[in-house]
Amino acid sequence: MDGWKVMTDAILESPLTRPAAHSHSSGRVRFSLVRYKKITQVGIKSIYSHGLRSLLTVLGIVIGVAAVIAMLAVSEGASFEAQQQFRDLGASNILVKSVKPAEVEETSRQGFGPPQAIVYGLTLMDVDTIRNSIPGISNVIASRIVKKNVWNLGISMNTDVVGTAVDYPVSRNYNLQAGRFFSESEVRDHANVVVLSAEVADALFPIDNPLGGSIKIDSDYYNVIGIMEPEGFSNLGQNQAGASNSAPSRIFIPFSASKSRFGETTTRQTAGGMESETVELHEAIIQVDDQEAVIEVGEIIDQILQRRHKKVDYTIEVPLALLRQAEESALRDSIVAGAIAGISLLVGGIGIMNIMLASVTERTREIGIRRALGAKKRDIIAQFLIEAVILSGVGGLIGVVLGIMIPFIISAFWGMTTIVTPIAPVLAFSISAMIGVIFGIYPSMRAADMDPVEALRHE
Amino acid sequence: MATLEFSSSLGNTAPPAGIANPTIVASLEDISKTYYMGALAVEVLHGVSLEFFAGDYISIMGPSGCGKSTLMNILGCLDQPTAGKYFLGNEDTSQMLDDELSTIRGARLGFIFQSYNLIQQLNVLENIEMPLFYQGYAAKQSNEIAMGLAERVGLGDRVDHKPFELSGGQQQRVAIARALAVDPLIILADEPTGNLDTKSGAEILKLFDELHGQGKTLIMVTHSDELAERSQRWVRLLDGRVESDDRRDS
Repeated sequence: MDGWKVMTDAILESPLTRPAAHSHSSGRVRFSLVRYKKITQVGIKSIYSHGLRSLLTVLGIVIGVAAVIAMLAVSEGASFEAQQQFRDLGASNILVKSVKPAEVEETSRQGFGPPQAIVYGLTLMDVDTIRNSIPGISNVIASRIVKKNVWNLGISMNTDVVGTAVDYPVSRNYNLQAGRFFSESEVRDHANVVVLSAEVADALFPIDNPLGGSIKIDSDYYNVIGIMEPEGFSNLGQNQAGASNSAPSRIFIPFSASKSRFGETTTRQTAGGMESETVELHEAIIQVDDQEAVIEVGEIIDQILQRRHKKVDYTIEVPLALLRQAEESALRDSIVAGAIAGISLLVGGIGIMNIMLASVTERTREIGIRRALGAKKRDIIAQFLIEAVILSGVGGLIGVVLGIMIPFIISAFWGMTTIVTPIAPVLAFSISAMIGVIFGIYPSMRAADMDPVEALRHE
Repeated sequence: MATLEFSSSLGNTAPPAGIANPTIVASLEDISKTYYMGALAVEVLHGVSLEFFAGDYISIMGPSGCGKSTLMNILGCLDQPTAGKYFLGNEDTSQMLDDELSTIRGARLGFIFQSYNLIQQLNVLENIEMPLFYQGYAAKQSNEIAMGLAERVGLGDRVDHKPFELSGGQQQRVAIARALAVDPLIILADEPTGNLDTKSGAEILKLFDELHGQGKTLIMVTHSDELAERSQRWVRLLDGRVESDDRRDS
């Protein structure tokens, strides 16, 4: 009989709390890894046993995370494309172009007689003034652009004939595919040489090699000395709005040749009869030494031209300014995309909270049992919180996989540039995990705050 | 000494005969419990004093509404008395915080419920291990303990079964194994055979007898006379007071 007493005394003398199972420290067991592992297992088991419900719960997070990543990838790609266009124009360039002023039309229609030539646009004097009065301008490449029919034997096409300087390709980041560009001496000599764009070369010389051949413009023959690389659709050097999106068809001859062969006045057939215009320069690329100063120099050029021109018959394009604008709008796009995706993540989080609350109610009895068997409030909180985090974490992971796949699909089927930056999946995943914690807190607190007696009585 | 002795001195029942200087495992001192439902205060227990000794096998009986459940909840540290002191082992539980109550429940008490209260998603072994888990036992050790207990209650070959795959009697045996896992000071049983047929109930009672034989302290709430007959001491409650407290000397 004394054995009982001995046994009971042994229990009484045993410590209430046991030393940590794995740590050798004398501290009490609070949150050991073993504990977390077990709670995590319980969480996974519970999620698994409600497969469909868990899947539906997670869907909100999956969609949210996938949307964040895909939207960011698409907007990143679009802004990259836009920026690439402006970068091709040259970040340290300023483009000044002649445009026909709107009012001119009216005044020229007065009276009878042969149509008067409209005189507008940039002049060599303008260019010289700009070059001489603004420091920090390294080069000015002035061009004349005249539309002409060009011929190779029987084949002809209508194209822009650009009379320009030797630096034109360099200033535009525009390289030769074959042959060479014309030289200073050829410009000096008004030489009849021509460099074709890849598109024109293909059209005029479908079979034979254009290099060494010749083409006819008006009544003069020009030797083909070079072919430019294909330009694609981007760096036309035209104003973005209203720019034709067709493949650029243009050929290049020395500026001097253009001036002496075609003269300065061009005549063109229009609906109302003949129309003549006299334009000395169609465009000028002004290169600035310091990229930082480009926007400022652009403003100064505008002031100079305003003083020299009565009418606004020119436009000034600063690619860098456009680039900045593009960057700004890209940022705006990202913010909008982020906000939309954030809302869907929020909705996903509310979904998780909803299901967790249902789960807490459904498992009231279990909570009571666990509490009776020695679970502390924080054990219960940990259990439900871990469950919420697992749910949102798994959802986030699926979302990341989908979110990385979607941009690839978009690129493959619609040919859009998409860029998945590494930060996007990381960001989206951590937000989803955070949402799991935030929206898991309230349900788990509710679970932990249940009265064990009430919970055990729950049916 | 073989006659039933009816003690009239409430809460001061003599210790079991044959044990010199018995150990008191739990004592209630003038326990009162009042529930508040809005403005209405209902006192369920009025000054209950009881002492429980090591190796006691006690039945708490009484009609519905007499305060049995409330008393069990207080004994189980699931509820706190409004007034009075409850010593469990060497600890005064009346001023304990929620966390301390959880700890003492897990370390000193084993619960057996009428409806078994096993966790359905967990298998037999995991159910038995649960109290050990909250006590911070290492996985290997708790596994060994749980395996031993599963065998002891005759379910060694069903440790990976889920509760719904077991009969009521088997489920209650799992619950008993779970209650024994931490080697508790007191086993609290609430109508342990209430949901069982006669045969399963008898098996459970046999297990209780064995536990009593091994010196475990059992406190049980029951309506069943058959069950009460097996115990050694009967506490009858009426209207929140101890009506009688009798002991059989064995």
